[in-house]
Amino acid sequence: MSPHLVLRIVSKLLIPIIVVFGFYVHFHGDYSPGGGFQAGVIIASAVILYALIFGVDEARRAVPPMSVRLGAAFGVLLYGGVGFVTVFLGENYLDYDALHPDLAHKTGQHIGILLIELGVLSTVFSVMVAIFYAFAGRAPDIPEEEW
Amino acid sequence: MAEFDWTQLLDYALMGMLLAVGIAIVRLRNLFAAVMLMGVYSLLSAAWFVTLDAVDVAFTEAAVGAGISTVLMLGAMLLTAREADEVKAGRHWAALVVVLATGAALFYAIADMPAYGDPNSPANAYVGLDYIVSTPNEIAVPNVVTAVLASYRGFDTFGETVVIFAAGLGVMLLLGLGGQGRRRREDDET
Repeated sequence: MSPHLVLRIVSKLLIPIIVVFGFYVHFHGDYSPGGGFQAGVIIASAVILYALIFGVDEARRAVPPMSVRLGAAFGVLLYGGVGFVTVFLGENYLDYDALHPDLAHKTGQHIGILLIELGVLSTVFSVMVAIFYAFAGRAPDIPEEEW
Repeated sequence: MAEFDWTQLLDYALMGMLLAVGIAIVRLRNLFAAVMLMGVYSLLSAAWFVTLDAVDVAFTEAAVGAGISTVLMLGAMLLTAREADEVKAGRHWAALVVVLATGAALFYAIADMPAYGDPNSPANAYVGLDYIVSTPNEIAVPNVVTAVLASYRGFDTFGETVVIFAAGLGVMLLLGLGGQGRRRREDDET
């Protein structure tokens, strides 16, 4: 039987909740504290918790290093891309009013903020997980007696 | 006399705990305990930021300082020793002089700091006031911090995202993503 039964079961219950909370922090960033950066860190911490409990190799199977590399670049491209879209729509770089014609409710601003925060989320999540992989991949697994 | 603000006591208690944890970190030689106490320090700072109404900063401090960086420090510690080497007493004095000089300079500067929450302080008066006044009309999001961060200062946040990307890229180039590099080395040995 696994020596960390309680840890394993509690983490299995908690990890989905942590991820959902991360997305809540992202999508609710307009209304409450938080945003893409915090959401990215929270979701990354869910992956790191998974890696700590079930081992780094398991985590690499769940979130492959290649997807982490792509995610980091995707976030920056999404953020910059939103800027270029606003330019092509005839406004200034990153002026989100261009994204939606409903200026009365500022829908364009809402879409723009959500998209660029999604870019921040993707980059922050990927970089945090990448740095963790880089360090944890070199360390030997924690021996039982040090738990 | 104005009514006594009881939340002051909370600030003092948190400051006292921060000081105690800080001194404990300096005195400890067990690196594992030091890393854990640094996480505690971050969490206490986050609680203190909440009492100062800086919830967004507190959120980030709790997630990054107490969460991720503690794990990264642990990962780094696993690659080195578990105990710090003894430092010669002479170096303690040099460090103490630096800390005391910096602390004295900071205390000297307190006199010029605006009072907490002062509406006429530079941070609150010029563009800060402007953002608060115009956010409901121009951006129409309730959280002014998000409006400033994502819309008014969208350029700055883009720069920050690129900085994070560059940091991750640097780590990946220097250390690889683990796994693959090590497996290749094992292949060479066989």
